[in-house]
Amino acid sequence: MPKVRISMSCPETQLNLGGIVLIKGNDFEEIPDLPEVQQAIDNGYLEVLEEKKEEKKQETTEGAEVLVFAEQRNNKISRVVLELLGKARELAEKLNVKTTAILLTDKSNNLSKELISYGADKVYIAESPLLKNYQTDLYTKVISEHIKETKPQIVLYGATHIGRDLAPRLAQRLNTGLTADCTGLDITEENLLLQTRPAFGGNLMAQILCQKHKPQMSTVRPGVMKMQDKDEDRKGEIIKLNPDISEKDMTTRIIDIIKETKKKVNLEEAEIIVSGGRGLGKKENFKLIEDLAKLLNAEIGSSRAAVDSGWVEKDHQVGQTGKTVRPKLYLCAGISGAIQHKAGMQSSDTIIAINKDPDAPIFQVADFCIVEDLFKVLPEMIESLKEGS
Amino acid sequence: MNIIVCIKQVPDTNEVKIDPKTGTLKREGVPTIMNPDDKHALIEAVKIKKKTKAQITVLSMGPPQAEEALREALALGADQAILLCDRAFAGSDTWATANAIGGAIKTIGNYDLLLFGRQAIDGDTAQVGPQVAELLNIPQITYAQKIETEKNKVKVERQMEDGYEIIESNIPCLITCISEINETEYPTLKGIRQAYKKEVKVWSADQAKVDKSKIGLLNSPTSVKKSFTPPAKGQGQTLKGSIKDIAKEIIDLLKERELTGGF
Repeated sequence: MPKVRISMSCPETQLNLGGIVLIKGNDFEEIPDLPEVQQAIDNGYLEVLEEKKEEKKQETTEGAEVLVFAEQRNNKISRVVLELLGKARELAEKLNVKTTAILLTDKSNNLSKELISYGADKVYIAESPLLKNYQTDLYTKVISEHIKETKPQIVLYGATHIGRDLAPRLAQRLNTGLTADCTGLDITEENLLLQTRPAFGGNLMAQILCQKHKPQMSTVRPGVMKMQDKDEDRKGEIIKLNPDISEKDMTTRIIDIIKETKKKVNLEEAEIIVSGGRGLGKKENFKLIEDLAKLLNAEIGSSRAAVDSGWVEKDHQVGQTGKTVRPKLYLCAGISGAIQHKAGMQSSDTIIAINKDPDAPIFQVADFCIVEDLFKVLPEMIESLKEGS
Repeated sequence: MNIIVCIKQVPDTNEVKIDPKTGTLKREGVPTIMNPDDKHALIEAVKIKKKTKAQITVLSMGPPQAEEALREALALGADQAILLCDRAFAGSDTWATANAIGGAIKTIGNYDLLLFGRQAIDGDTAQVGPQVAELLNIPQITYAQKIETEKNKVKVERQMEDGYEIIESNIPCLITCISEINETEYPTLKGIRQAYKKEVKVWSADQAKVDKSKIGLLNSPTSVKKSFTPPAKGQGQTLKGSIKDIAKEIIDLLKERELTGGF
């Protein structure tokens, strides 16, 4: 039944259409679709209310999902997974498919909710006491079977100690490609995954495709992708898997898990990093970096040279063989900026570099260059920060 | 015990330089080295050999000059060396490389322990080790910082982000080693002399009995679409003035950016 009203161009103030009387000036009314009504519409005496088409959100197609491996340790989702979900969502929207996550654990608690709030449309859970801790053989079995069954087109893994053990094993079992440590992921016009990764210590960037094999798989280092905001209201589906595993599938045994008691260096999540290198000259001088870091509430970073000289522990090392960081501020002193180092810090929001050599390569990536002796600048900064507090 | 150590000859990336005019990589004259993590794997194998009288075979894939890296391995204590060298291998990605290495290992046969470096400094993928383990259908333990061999068993400390796990596995088993596993060593004069008495076998794809439909550029699942030098960041601002002025300016910059964490 159309909704109509008398149009402004109608000469009459009221119309009788098959017994139904319409009065000019009234709002749209629903009336039966009589021949008289149709004629009045054709004459231009009636206006028809166009049914407002509901802006319907385009339904995503089923299958060919973008899957994220939801690494958990001690029933805590690794941060990189949340970073990957944001990226996966962006890729899935371009492909018009669902973002999904696969979680292997002994008890799933509220972890699936967390995955949904960071972007998953669907969470597959494989729950078993055998899956409490990561084991190469069991995890490979469960995930490869899931991939064979649901045929995702893209699978993303964090380049963690677990992800880098698992992903290549899966790639070989599934006979597909795997690109390590991607710094950029996008979709091409042909709907393929365009994977960008550094080569030769960041000297060169390579764009890699996996054209004929599925799924297309990548690992991404923690801290490389930006985490999206959490949305507690997001809805998603939770699907329980029935993992077909038993003790017989275990080829290795975890005898013990040892947590190291020393303070965890969390460079990847730091907002401010103060970093020192060879220019500090000796171990005692590294205290300048530590003091400044303390005053700024920053984490301590270092170049490989400082680690190799034994001035600072290896877990402080930033760069190709250390950590990739992207803090809001990276302040470094006495670091010349070898390509390996730059590869690990050049996407920091703001970079301040102090080095007395004006040609030091670090200045190529610095936003603020201080061509001065660090032994003058750092103590001065430390002094004025102390005064200011 | 028979140990196969897989090594790669890599450009010494510390020496890689960019041509400032063209922005491209200068490859000429860049020295090559045995990949550092692989060297640690080899040194570990030699330590195991001293305890168990193991036989060590080193295996590499690469151009003819990769023989240098194998000679160094022999000088460090390996017993025999094999180089997979064939144009058919060229351009292999990690999947195809694993097929080549894994195929050759099957041909060598009779192995108890396969030792790899965690990753190579020219690619940093850390993939070939686990891929070979899958191909051979044997257990893998990556990121090893300590290896203890027992009869038919290994006990390995596997480094994690916040500590380590102690993992036990039956042999045969594949282990990838990190630099923390041991101190680096240099060949002795005696070792170097002996290395030149030993033979480096060079195997083609056919001699290694490798499935040729699974190796090389064209059979690799991944392909490089293009490579480019990362865009250079515009020249930053140079802060000038007295040391006091500069220090003040930096602190003001931090305040402006609300990075006032501790002050």
